[in-house]
Amino acid sequence: MKYKTQAVAMPYFIAAIALFVGQIIFGMIMGLQYVVGDFLFPEIPFNVARMVHTNLLIVWLLFGFMGAAYYLVPEEAETELYSPKLALALFWIFLAAGALTILGYLFVPYATLAAATGNDILATMGREFLEQPLPTKIGIVVVALAFLFNITMTMLKGRKTVISIVLLLGLWGLAIFFLFAFYNPSNLVKDKFYWWWVVHLWVEGVWELIMAALLAFVLIKVTGVDREVIEKWLYVIITLALVTGIIGTGHHYFWIGTPAYWQWLGSIFSALEPIPFFAMTVFAFNMVNRRRREHPNKAAVLWALGTGVMAFLGAGVWGFLHTLAPVNYFTHGSQITAAHGHMAFYGAYVMVVITIISYAMPIMRGRAANSERAQVVEMWSFWIMTISMVFITLFLTAAGILQVWLQRVADTPMPFMMAQDQVQLFYWMRQWAGVTFFIGLVTYLVSFFIKGETKPAMEYKPATA
Amino acid sequence: MTARSDALFLPAGQPTEARPALRLPGDLAIWWFILAELLVFGVFFVAYAFARANNVELFNAEQAALDRDAGAINTALLLASSYLVVRAVQLAEAGRSRAAAPWILGAIACGLGFVAVKLWEYAIKLGEGVSLASSTFHMFYISLTFFHFMHVLLGLVILGALWVNARSGRYGPDNMNGIETGAAYWHMVDLVWLILFPLVYVMR
Repeated sequence: MKYKTQAVAMPYFIAAIALFVGQIIFGMIMGLQYVVGDFLFPEIPFNVARMVHTNLLIVWLLFGFMGAAYYLVPEEAETELYSPKLALALFWIFLAAGALTILGYLFVPYATLAAATGNDILATMGREFLEQPLPTKIGIVVVALAFLFNITMTMLKGRKTVISIVLLLGLWGLAIFFLFAFYNPSNLVKDKFYWWWVVHLWVEGVWELIMAALLAFVLIKVTGVDREVIEKWLYVIITLALVTGIIGTGHHYFWIGTPAYWQWLGSIFSALEPIPFFAMTVFAFNMVNRRRREHPNKAAVLWALGTGVMAFLGAGVWGFLHTLAPVNYFTHGSQITAAHGHMAFYGAYVMVVITIISYAMPIMRGRAANSERAQVVEMWSFWIMTISMVFITLFLTAAGILQVWLQRVADTPMPFMMAQDQVQLFYWMRQWAGVTFFIGLVTYLVSFFIKGETKPAMEYKPATA
Repeated sequence: MTARSDALFLPAGQPTEARPALRLPGDLAIWWFILAELLVFGVFFVAYAFARANNVELFNAEQAALDRDAGAINTALLLASSYLVVRAVQLAEAGRSRAAAPWILGAIACGLGFVAVKLWEYAIKLGEGVSLASSTFHMFYISLTFFHFMHVLLGLVILGALWVNARSGRYGPDNMNGIETGAAYWHMVDLVWLILFPLVYVMR
């Protein structure tokens, strides 16, 4: 570790992993509820489990992004963090707010929660992924602004690199687009229209900048390739991401009551959204092939390459599958969407956060890389989780194709619940793949506790960084 | 330039050693970018072709209402600007960076002319009630030309940077990367218009 204040990233990473475990447990609960409908009813109904599963995902990724920024920005700026105390305070505030929100979901009926938290003053609740009570939403904004203040000040007093500028651009965009969570017009079309400004412009817009910046940082560190080369790639990738992703929002506007031209604009631009992801894959492999040092942390390199491949498959290929309006006419809101969502989030954002954790955590614990034994276990967890996710995606895709056929294409279309009965086999297989994923996650946790011979973290000479 | 481009068209079976070394003018990254951009426009053009095939009469009728003279003037302006940029690159390669600057300025002037004509055209069309939602043809007309228009604006910013650098004498046979990169982008903007104009304004 070059600067001691980078260590504030540690609690963020630990919290991220802990919440990740919670997310997967709720994923397994829901997966079972697909086939055993009254499992844990009425204690944890499906809608609550789903809310917890998706909200935990977002919150732990935010923890991961913030931790990554606290680690990355001081090193890039070549200066200590502006205020490590603020960073730690924000950590506890964010963790407490997140925990209270989840407990609220689990133990208070949602309507009661809404009434108790001022939803009648400003109605923002009840929308998918944005279910958080008003105080939580305000808390997110406050934490995000204070966090951005902290890292922006850090960058301003130090060296300004392309990587940290792109990362900050992404994080500022994240905060700004979240503001649309407060805008809830009574017109349902407008409501959905702006709702996507949070959801889509996060994951298919500004988060891609964050992902590209984190990937670029780790690749510079583990490959020793010239910063100039990596920065050039970064420019190309973020331009492509924004050119395709912003108007690509149109692929959510096909059937919600917006003008018909969105079917053209959404299809054309989003059909090209795989390009920046493909560029990231080529980028990662190209840089590793041109590496000028053999970094002892092989596990981090594996995660970096893995995120390149899986993001392209999950976000790029599985997104393209159903992004054209004539296809989406049949597939929207089916298990095809769920298949895409799972692999895209895992491939792009889960894996990139694990990449930076895998790189930074050993250094924060005083060694260049974990022992070989620990790395082997970590790499096992990579393969178990990644292959399980491939199977989850394939089973959900199969379920989705069958569902679309039975429910929307066949001569005598079935009602929703009857079609669900017909795809049970795939839901069972998905559930077993999910359990295997959890085993992979436990393996990942175990890898943190395996000891063995390690080298002390080397101090990089500024000239090579 | 000619020697290098000829190398692309050598007859098959020519021993590889005989070929002069191929060199990509400008930065590799810009070529990735140009390919991606051409892909975006390419997909757009294909979509246009499909939409038109389903609606030939509507497309022909509304196409006839477009101002082809304005399109033709703009074509001439972009072609002229590309020529001026080529001259600037040649001067820079000959080590006369400062002499290249006025040529770039000329290209910028042509680009600004394009912008002015386009804005004038938009003002009239929007006044006539043309909008993204008024018909499928209008949707394509506005999206395609406006997307291209944004590229012209970006190209002008790039040309502006080239002009500043050329004036300070920064380019020469040893430092061609910047000017070639910018020129490649500008030619792409020109090239796309050369397809867009006949497709949307003329062909029926």
